[in-house]
Amino acid sequence: MNLLIFTPVLPEIAITIASMFLLIIGVFKKNEKTYTTISNLAIFSLLAVLFLIFSGSVPKGISFGGSLITDSFSLYLKTLILISSIIILVVSNIYLRNINLLKFEYIILILLSVVGMMIMVSSNDLISLYLSIELQSLPLYVLASIRNKSSKSTESGLKYFVLGALSSCILLYGLSLIYGYTGSIYYNEIASNLSEYDVGILIGVAFTLAGFAFKISAVPFHMWTPDVYEGSPTTVTAFFAVAPKIAALGLIVRILITAMPTLIEDWQSILILLSIFSMLLGAFSAIGQRNLKRLLAYSSISHMGFALMGVINGSFDGVRSLSLYMLIYLVMSLALFISIIALKNNDEHIENIEDISGLAKINPVMALIISILLFSLAGIPPLAGFFAKFYVLYAAIDAKLYYLAIFGVLSSVISAFYYLRIIKVMYFEESANSFDPISKRLKTIIYLLTAITLLFFLRPSIFINFAGTASASLFI
Amino acid sequence: MIVVNLLFYLFSFIMIASAFMVILSRNPVHSVLFLILCFFNSAGIFLILGAEFLAFILVIVYVGAVAVLFLFVVMMLDVEFKSISSTVISYLPIGMTIGVIVLAELMLVLFTWKRDYSVTDNLSITSDKQYSNTEIIGLVLYTDNILFFQLAGLILLASMIGAIVLTVNHRPSAKRQDINKQVERDAENSIKNIDMKPGSGI
Repeated sequence: MNLLIFTPVLPEIAITIASMFLLIIGVFKKNEKTYTTISNLAIFSLLAVLFLIFSGSVPKGISFGGSLITDSFSLYLKTLILISSIIILVVSNIYLRNINLLKFEYIILILLSVVGMMIMVSSNDLISLYLSIELQSLPLYVLASIRNKSSKSTESGLKYFVLGALSSCILLYGLSLIYGYTGSIYYNEIASNLSEYDVGILIGVAFTLAGFAFKISAVPFHMWTPDVYEGSPTTVTAFFAVAPKIAALGLIVRILITAMPTLIEDWQSILILLSIFSMLLGAFSAIGQRNLKRLLAYSSISHMGFALMGVINGSFDGVRSLSLYMLIYLVMSLALFISIIALKNNDEHIENIEDISGLAKINPVMALIISILLFSLAGIPPLAGFFAKFYVLYAAIDAKLYYLAIFGVLSSVISAFYYLRIIKVMYFEESANSFDPISKRLKTIIYLLTAITLLFFLRPSIFINFAGTASASLFI
Repeated sequence: MIVVNLLFYLFSFIMIASAFMVILSRNPVHSVLFLILCFFNSAGIFLILGAEFLAFILVIVYVGAVAVLFLFVVMMLDVEFKSISSTVISYLPIGMTIGVIVLAELMLVLFTWKRDYSVTDNLSITSDKQYSNTEIIGLVLYTDNILFFQLAGLILLASMIGAIVLTVNHRPSAKRQDINKQVERDAENSIKNIDMKPGSGI
């Protein structure tokens, strides 16, 4: 047998084997250092896979009889997923030690979830799509409730699990209708069998999109997000906010553009509604929040609305703006989450907005960094977040969807209010808190990510070209 | 042929009757037992259709695992028997409404649906009849569909790890079985003669 046929899926296979190997190590070698050892090995293997992708030794092509496709788009998204999971693992090492939750299974579950996400972005048929979504979300349900002594954490895990199972059912129902009406599970065959106008397939598409909307927490399928974000350990929340969303958006883009290009008018209207509602609800609901994690949950809902704007047109420019948005969103929101993780009052991690009052006097550097990140999330030029929003709005205007762009700008203005409120609390309010010094490793990561946010405008073409080559592979 | 028809009517009659009994019986344990009967009869109908793999899976998975799990849960929960049946009347109108809607939908499907042969003919994996269902699934499950098989395995692994990590609680004070210690024990070390003084404990 020719083993070379497996080389396009080498990253997935490598991480799967690594996760099982680390699981065995964790089970048989139980002592205080187990977590650190396994964490370092996991980070090493993820870095190795990242290097494999960067060095170009992963050939492009289809594997497993067309079930998986490796192209520039999937490799780009895999890079983003790998980077975010590496950062999360590094931060978890510090955070979990603080809250005394060093379970090695945490790492194994993250690795398995990463495998699921990587298969999600390269899935090219309905069965691998469904199975990879399940593989991605099952470890996440467990991770949400991994702090099983805290009632909030178990509650969030249970909520996520029940609603996730429900959304999987809806998704599966939609997929079965698509399969029933086109007679194929492969995207390209679905696209060629779609020529007839059929009500059943529209129902299938609507159900499928509802299932996807749950996974990216777009309104009206967002109910779980604030509770789950609040209850989970903060590193897990940061992981939730970034990696699964990137994977799910990549999957949505691929299935809509390669499998249903002829139905564009139908899914466009669904996506426009999802996008507008997500942006507006994310902006309005965040205003009343006092808990930082809940606030970021609403902020991520709003950002998903913006990202969806890129898919709506179904054009190369739109997908490129979406790819760029995901990259910048990853950098910004990871940096903000890590800053929240890094700040501590007398060994207590901060939870609420008032906990960071007066940060500017005690730790002006961190206050400045958080302000930069918040300005960037609000989309103030010349920070990276501005470019992200600029390109998706440009794509919306290009598609002659002016009202969508207007809603986008409006919600961006509204959300600027609550971002600015945090800055006001940091700079202009007196504080009784003293902040603990921040560990060096966290500082390095925060500085690096903030530097990307801050200096993005100097050479935006680097990232735009990355996103451009990635998106171009969808339109061959 | 007549035997097959008779069997079909037998199975479907018992199936529908037991399905009714699932929702009508007062004792939840009886409900679950009727559910198992219902599963067995649908397995019989699958066998008549020539889908022997589905029949076996139905018996193994639904009867062997799901229904037994139900049974355990029902037996452990302390359900008030009377309260269940007394609510039947109050739920009757909404139940009837949903039933009529579903019936109407079924009628719509039955009378308007046309089979598209160009689609359905492509669905079967092999057209020749020399293989049974199970053999055909066996032929593709580990070859063409190995990815799906492995992914399902990974999902099971993840859920197993999850179940263990969420429920296992290592307490240092808990007494655990140590097999080495048990094997090494012998009579000389285990039995001690103690000279007890009257009126005192060990």
